[in-house]
Amino acid sequence: MQLDQLYQEIILDHYKHPHGRGLRDADDPADRVAEAHHVNPTCGDEVTVRVATDGEVLHDVSYDGMGCSISQASASVLHELLTGRDADEAYRVHEAFVELMSGRGQVTPDEDVLGDGVAFAGVARYPARVKCALLPWMAFKDAAARAGVGVSPSEVKA
Amino acid sequence: MTSIAIPPGMPQYGDVPRYDVAKVRADFPILDREVNGHRLVYLDSANTSHKPRQVLDVLAEHYAMHNANVSRSVHTLGTEATEAYEGARAKVAAFINAPSADEVVFTKNSTEAINIVAYAFSNASLRPDADPRFRLGPGDEVVISEMEHHSNIVPWQLLCERTGATLRWFPVTDQGRLDESGLAELVTERTKIVSMVHMSNILGTVNATSRITQRVREVGALLLLDCSQSVPHMPMDVVDYDADFIVFTGHKMCGPTGIGVLWGRSELLAAMPPVLGGGSMIETVTMAGSTFAAPPARFEAGTPPIAEAVALGAAVDYLTGIGMRAIQWHEKELTAYALDALGTVPGLRIFGPAVPVGRGGTISFALGDIHPHDVGQVLDSLGVQVRVGHHCARPVCTRFGVPAMTRASFYLYTTTEEIDALVAGLEQARKVFD
Repeated sequence: MQLDQLYQEIILDHYKHPHGRGLRDADDPADRVAEAHHVNPTCGDEVTVRVATDGEVLHDVSYDGMGCSISQASASVLHELLTGRDADEAYRVHEAFVELMSGRGQVTPDEDVLGDGVAFAGVARYPARVKCALLPWMAFKDAAARAGVGVSPSEVKA
Repeated sequence: MTSIAIPPGMPQYGDVPRYDVAKVRADFPILDREVNGHRLVYLDSANTSHKPRQVLDVLAEHYAMHNANVSRSVHTLGTEATEAYEGARAKVAAFINAPSADEVVFTKNSTEAINIVAYAFSNASLRPDADPRFRLGPGDEVVISEMEHHSNIVPWQLLCERTGATLRWFPVTDQGRLDESGLAELVTERTKIVSMVHMSNILGTVNATSRITQRVREVGALLLLDCSQSVPHMPMDVVDYDADFIVFTGHKMCGPTGIGVLWGRSELLAAMPPVLGGGSMIETVTMAGSTFAAPPARFEAGTPPIAEAVALGAAVDYLTGIGMRAIQWHEKELTAYALDALGTVPGLRIFGPAVPVGRGGTISFALGDIHPHDVGQVLDSLGVQVRVGHHCARPVCTRFGVPAMTRASFYLYTTTEEIDALVAGLEQARKVFD
């Protein structure tokens, strides 16, 4: 096994220097704010993702949690990719990430859509770790739905 | 390590029973395989043990030559299968020094065994004529500990919810020992059962049970010991331990999955109402109602895991052939070696007893701030198989303030070279994440 396929520099960098970490209140008091707390029952990893939106634009995607490098780096990338996006765009990114993670390493990621998320292509080859990568994304999906913006209907079996 | 001279006349170090580990390893086909280009280093035997050829052969031969259902056929195959199944029961009984083979109930695993006892309480609580020792209601208490596996927590939580009884527990000390300081206040006349782990699956702690047993007897409660992690690794004598029930599972002791054991004192099993209803557990059935077989059949509804039970019997033979005392000593030496070796790893924190006394060969630890998932992944890339996560003992993780732990666990086939490989792998993990 090539460990560096899994632990790409980008992932380790997001893990060691997470972007946008910490749960934040909305800047705009008119925003709808909702959050979701997800746990991985097999390992005890936890993440809370909070979405602040006016119903069209995701003004902030903030998060907090504890877990392995994959889950924490994934939350950092989630924040970076989706904050400030239209809900529709976020939907497409979310779908692309879920598709990548469900692809058992057979999906070639589009860097224009996924940005640093492409670094997780290697994770998809490790079924035991796919849930780690998806944990913040699934929490985001629930948080977005609670904030009234539906994102990616597909459920993932990892 | 320092060596200490043992005074003459005392048992000498050389008197300890030993066996040839290399020869034992040759019995386990899986130990020859490679993982990710490295020789397999299996340090997850507390999760499930490997199976020697002697057990695999018996399993295959049962299906190839003696396959039939048990306890219901007059034909030759049925007789052979029944004899093998009941023979396995007798072997298991002898292995734990049970006074009678009828005190051994075959179950699916330890979890089912604990649930049988919990549901017997539940069912008895619904029947005014049931044995009062099994009747629970508001004001009654069930006592467990903070170091239990989920399988010895959740069944009792559910039982207390159903009956209105209260669940209480022994805390765990900072050293990972059972905190018995509140024993007299915790185990009282209100206590109906104390159900506690003999050896912790996460901390490795082997609990000294005698003070608790004594208190349990004083207050007239029952005692169940979860021996899932102890029966595979040390001699067990249910008479000596003076327990009322013990449970353990086959797959952690060189046997197959799908077979476990509930041992109970015969008069207690006889006083327990049935749990699962069905074939084999009845005396007579009419459309108006049924009467039930004596134990152990009363608790073995349906076709049991026959081949698995027979193979568990073979596992018992295998372990007995090597000697449980010798296996215990081998693991004690490994544990001492591993505690020393892990102590050399910078930033490593061991959860549980730091000395190889009153503990078994299961060691959980944290490596700096590196998440156990990541530690386990790096180790796996080097062929080293450890368990990471909360080990189905989440309250223990909470107690020590971590979401998860990395755990290395040993068995009769584990070598010091494998512990060296673990330590080298941990250095590798530090390089990746520091």
